[in-house]
Amino acid sequence: MLAVQQPTLAPDPLSVPSNAPEHCPVSLNQVRHIPDPPNDFDWQGTESELAGKADACNGCANQEICASNTPKGPDPALPFIHERMSTVKHKILVLSGKGGVGKSTFTAQLGWAFAANEQLQTGVMDVDICGPSIPTIFGVAAEQVHSSSSGWSPVYVQDNLGVMSVGFMLSSSRDAVMWRGPKKNGLIAQFLKDVDWGDLDYLVIDTPPGTSDEHLSVVQYLKESGIDGAVLVTTPQEVSLQDVRREIDFCRKVGIRVLGLVENMSGFVCPGCKTESQIFKPSTGGAERLAKETGIQLLGKVPLDPRIGKSADYGVSFLDEYPDSPASHAYLDIIDKIKCVLGGNSAQ
Amino acid sequence: MAVQETPVSRRLKSVRHIIIVCSGKGGVGKSSVSVQLALSLHASSPTARVGILDVDLTGPSVPRMLGLDGHGVHQSSDGWVPVYADARADGEPRLACMSVGFLLKKKGDSVVWRGPKKNAMIRQFLSDVRWGELDYLVVDTPPGTSDEHLSLIEHLAPVQSRLSAVIVTTPQAVALLDAMKCLSFTRAVALPVLGLIENMSGYVCPCCGEISNVFSTGGGAEMARREGVPFLGSMPIDTDLVTLLDAAESTDQGATDGQQDEVSEVRSFGVLQRYQKTSSAKLISALVEKLISTLPSVEHVLMNSSA
Repeated sequence: MLAVQQPTLAPDPLSVPSNAPEHCPVSLNQVRHIPDPPNDFDWQGTESELAGKADACNGCANQEICASNTPKGPDPALPFIHERMSTVKHKILVLSGKGGVGKSTFTAQLGWAFAANEQLQTGVMDVDICGPSIPTIFGVAAEQVHSSSSGWSPVYVQDNLGVMSVGFMLSSSRDAVMWRGPKKNGLIAQFLKDVDWGDLDYLVIDTPPGTSDEHLSVVQYLKESGIDGAVLVTTPQEVSLQDVRREIDFCRKVGIRVLGLVENMSGFVCPGCKTESQIFKPSTGGAERLAKETGIQLLGKVPLDPRIGKSADYGVSFLDEYPDSPASHAYLDIIDKIKCVLGGNSAQ
Repeated sequence: MAVQETPVSRRLKSVRHIIIVCSGKGGVGKSSVSVQLALSLHASSPTARVGILDVDLTGPSVPRMLGLDGHGVHQSSDGWVPVYADARADGEPRLACMSVGFLLKKKGDSVVWRGPKKNAMIRQFLSDVRWGELDYLVVDTPPGTSDEHLSLIEHLAPVQSRLSAVIVTTPQAVALLDAMKCLSFTRAVALPVLGLIENMSGYVCPCCGEISNVFSTGGGAEMARREGVPFLGSMPIDTDLVTLLDAAESTDQGATDGQQDEVSEVRSFGVLQRYQKTSSAKLISALVEKLISTLPSVEHVLMNSSA
């Protein structure tokens, strides 16, 4: 079982030295000009060679962090990940800057839709370590991960659909996973290197909200093996689009291709009077305008349907339960487009 | 546990209550609840001074919701000056706001940071912002129970007697699962929980008035009962509120280039007034009354136990 890290491990906050050098991570000029991430993702501390070593750094709570900025060799896990991932044809990331827009739900529908073809092997990996929803959505929350000589076996929802999530490793679903970045990175590396995925046609990776450790790690670990692209999920309001813009910026910075945008929770049809209303109003033009502005393809809009949430809670496939609903049509249409985009890739 | 004097505790000496708004799940309305709490606490008394700190570093939403997009933070000899949402109101400004969103050059810029940098930023937010005297500091957090949360709790440890948390969830099982993790987190770090708010519980069709439970209903109350946590109330989906916090009628371009400070400041004052016209405002103000009345008891107990 996973041990829970106590929140007192890091050093106590100490004062910033009055003569802090400009590369000190807590001095203001560092923060006001947020630098572009360097290509090697070596993010900890600052760029200066003196970071953590200058006299003024003595006693700084972050000295160790800064000082550890010496260029490290490549992660020893990389060759193993590369080997494991060599049998995976397509790797797709599902991203969104904002939380609760339907990343996990969309991931699950995508997984189910791929697996509907019995000839295809599909894997779903949940790297949302603090809030894993994938086990519940697939209805396998009570399952455990087994290990064999060839690694951890994913939990199989059906014969050709394997799922991996930190949710399978907790002794109780109530447990909070209170981990800082490095521990999360370690687990993500293990998910990629130690899970016996077998031959996969598609590996769909569900991510947590934001642009932080998990995202950087996945990208970093999979860079060599190649990521086919990312699907960005958003809701129509500007508050959400703002975060998705940041995610697009992230994809550009780390060099991931954006397969397209999906607008989720777009319009709600009242079951009583069948009138459509906008719960989350696209006050600034919604995903459509964002797609136009950024030149990214809008894959489709999925209307808000209470049955989607319910299917997720009960762990059944919405596409199988309500194949005739407008939301199912929208999902299938989007998934076809994704397949089409990926198909062009695999033809080479 | 000996209470150590740190820059954070020195800075927050003049803050009476610190309320952390958290939820395991994303997109359940933490930021919107935080903003509403701040507005409501601000309105609860003509002299209440409120601060709102957004520690969601990779997805700051508070500036947009308060209509403060495009503002910048200024530095004074006494630290960073927060952005005042009611800067143009009569009398002295009483609603201070701080977010990483104010430090970005462009609103589309991503903040791609790993833990240690986030930790340093949070410490700076807590120790370097010139909040002044505050009655309430509302802290909006990102989803999850990770770096930001651990850093926040760690840096706020010296002022723990004034800390409390509000957990926000939506009614569906998937969200409740994460809310439960969040509750486990507050227990693990001994953070008193003021209560649970169920957000997005039901949607009233504007056409026929029928209530649809878009994300199911009642899950929050049930969880609060089971876990022995006070249930503060449920908030239905309020499209007026969504529109208001999304700042629909603002000219988007004006806010983007950050030059039209005057325009957005006039508008931001309007946020307060227009917010009070929404149906959510009434619900939240009842909820805030409950909150204010429980605050001293929660904190008192803690002071006694730590003494």
